[in-house]
Amino acid sequence: MIRFLVHRALQSLVVLAAMSFVVYGLIGLMPGDPIDLMINSNPRLTAEDAQRLREVYGLDRPLLARYAAWAGDALAGDFGYSRGFSRPVLEVIGPRLANTAALMTAAFLLALAIGIPLGVIGAARPGGLVDGLVNLYAFLAVSTPTFWLALIFILVFAVTLGWLPAGGIATSGGFWEGLRHLILPVATLAVVEAGIYARYTRAAMLEAMRQDWVRTAHAKGASLPRVLVRHALPNAMIPVTTIVALGFGGLFSGALVTETMFAYPGMGKLIFDAVMGNDYNLALVGLLFATLLTLIGNLAADLAYAWLDPRIGFGGAEWGGLERPR
Amino acid sequence: MNRRLTWAAAAVIATLAVLSLAAPLIAWGLGHNPEEVDLLARFESPSWSHPLGTDDLGRDVLLRLLYGGRVSLSVGLVAALAAALVGTLVGLLAGYFGGRLDGILMRLTDGVIALPLLPLLIVLAAVDFSKLGLTSLAQSESASLYRIILIITLVGWTTVARLVRGATLSLLGQDFVRAAMALGASAPRIMFVHILPNAVTPIIVATTLAVGGVILFESVLSFLGLGIQPPVPSWGNMLTNAQEVIGTAPMLAIWPGLLILLTVAACNLLGDALQAHLDPRARSETARRR
Repeated sequence: MIRFLVHRALQSLVVLAAMSFVVYGLIGLMPGDPIDLMINSNPRLTAEDAQRLREVYGLDRPLLARYAAWAGDALAGDFGYSRGFSRPVLEVIGPRLANTAALMTAAFLLALAIGIPLGVIGAARPGGLVDGLVNLYAFLAVSTPTFWLALIFILVFAVTLGWLPAGGIATSGGFWEGLRHLILPVATLAVVEAGIYARYTRAAMLEAMRQDWVRTAHAKGASLPRVLVRHALPNAMIPVTTIVALGFGGLFSGALVTETMFAYPGMGKLIFDAVMGNDYNLALVGLLFATLLTLIGNLAADLAYAWLDPRIGFGGAEWGGLERPR
Repeated sequence: MNRRLTWAAAAVIATLAVLSLAAPLIAWGLGHNPEEVDLLARFESPSWSHPLGTDDLGRDVLLRLLYGGRVSLSVGLVAALAAALVGTLVGLLAGYFGGRLDGILMRLTDGVIALPLLPLLIVLAAVDFSKLGLTSLAQSESASLYRIILIITLVGWTTVARLVRGATLSLLGQDFVRAAMALGASAPRIMFVHILPNAVTPIIVATTLAVGGVILFESVLSFLGLGIQPPVPSWGNMLTNAQEVIGTAPMLAIWPGLLILLTVAACNLLGDALQAHLDPRARSETARRR
């Protein structure tokens, strides 16, 4: 158990280190470099000045040397400054992380509260009308582009009905005003994610309902709700937990699309704006932060899986094709 | 899986494919082209000459949807196939040679799967190709098309790689493969002639399911301004414009999204149906349910 944990943690560190190098290289490949941007904002800079600045900032050195210098600083806790915010990167990321945590936790809990019961009642009578509706909903949910759903929500609830703000975050008005700003983005995320959870729960329930002990419970005269909730659900929760834990891993990288659509200042929007605004340092650190948190979430998923189902052992679970843009 | 629903999904995809292929013909019939701007005919309601009306620049909405369909469908198909190709190669090599190569390739796969996909795609989409020495590619007319296919392929191969590796490992123990080995068949021959044909089912299923996912990612990137670049229409970048005028012309935002939803749902349905039909384990499950 400890061995497994250490092994996986080390593996995650390797992935993170590799990712930091790849992203560092990629960011260098984005259009323009910091000196070009300085020249654009200050036309009096001559070519010689630019060359001198390049040397001062070490931009004339080879990629590997630059990366090593950056990585050394980062390991010492110095992540540099954000060009767009003119503040240390970590100071910019902190509040964004808090905003994202609020948005994603609310959406995550709501999605579970909708998705798991739907999966259970769908599996109660496979092939019935309710099951058909649950299936249809799950299918539409996984096929809907998140940004379009967000657009429709804005169109209906903000533009046409005028009930809710179209985006942003409350600057005054206390708790309730803050809540009003959260409703649409949370609903957008939850409607889609709940479909995924309903689909997995339903499949896991059908599998569990085939087991002998469930049939025995039926035969001994237990009512259908009791069989579903007491006998089948705990077993169905094992695969569902894995999916849930994986979803949890994705929580902190934020919902780039949804946050951008609703102008919600979270991690996803921060990374997007940094990439679009040539704020290289912020983009780099933001992306690495998101990666780190995702890796921790994945590790938690592995642990949860092996802990809940001893038959699996600590070999890691297989899954695929879950990710979609949100 | 409901058989009528599967046929409906197939029909939806076939109709969209035929209509997009026939887009130039329809454009000729209507007497417009999808990039033709007419500032005197902005936001027109549907009429005989503009069956779905016009957008904020007076361009014909139906034609833009059809040409956007050409882009979305071809990106979805080509990128899914390219990713399947890469994944198949990785899976075959890892499964067949095992050992250290397997270790490296599978850790790489795990690594890519663990990454936050969309932020990574955003960074990849922002890369300047001419800095990579690919100046001719960066300046070509369909640069954004190639770019999006390339970056989706770069991150999309992992599912197929895992499936093919698993299939390869189980096939390696079978008599016909061992017989081929005993007869001295070369490694490529065993991989491509003996193993690959028997591992094709999971590849087909995963690729069909991937097409829908690719179309979603393409539309998101295009919507964010990092995918297909205007004036070439795609369902994603049509929604970028529509967002700005959503108060005056809501239908502009509804049509492209509906088409994305319809296409992705049809691909997912078709993938599920293929899986139920081709994968014996899934088939026994459906049989038991009846």
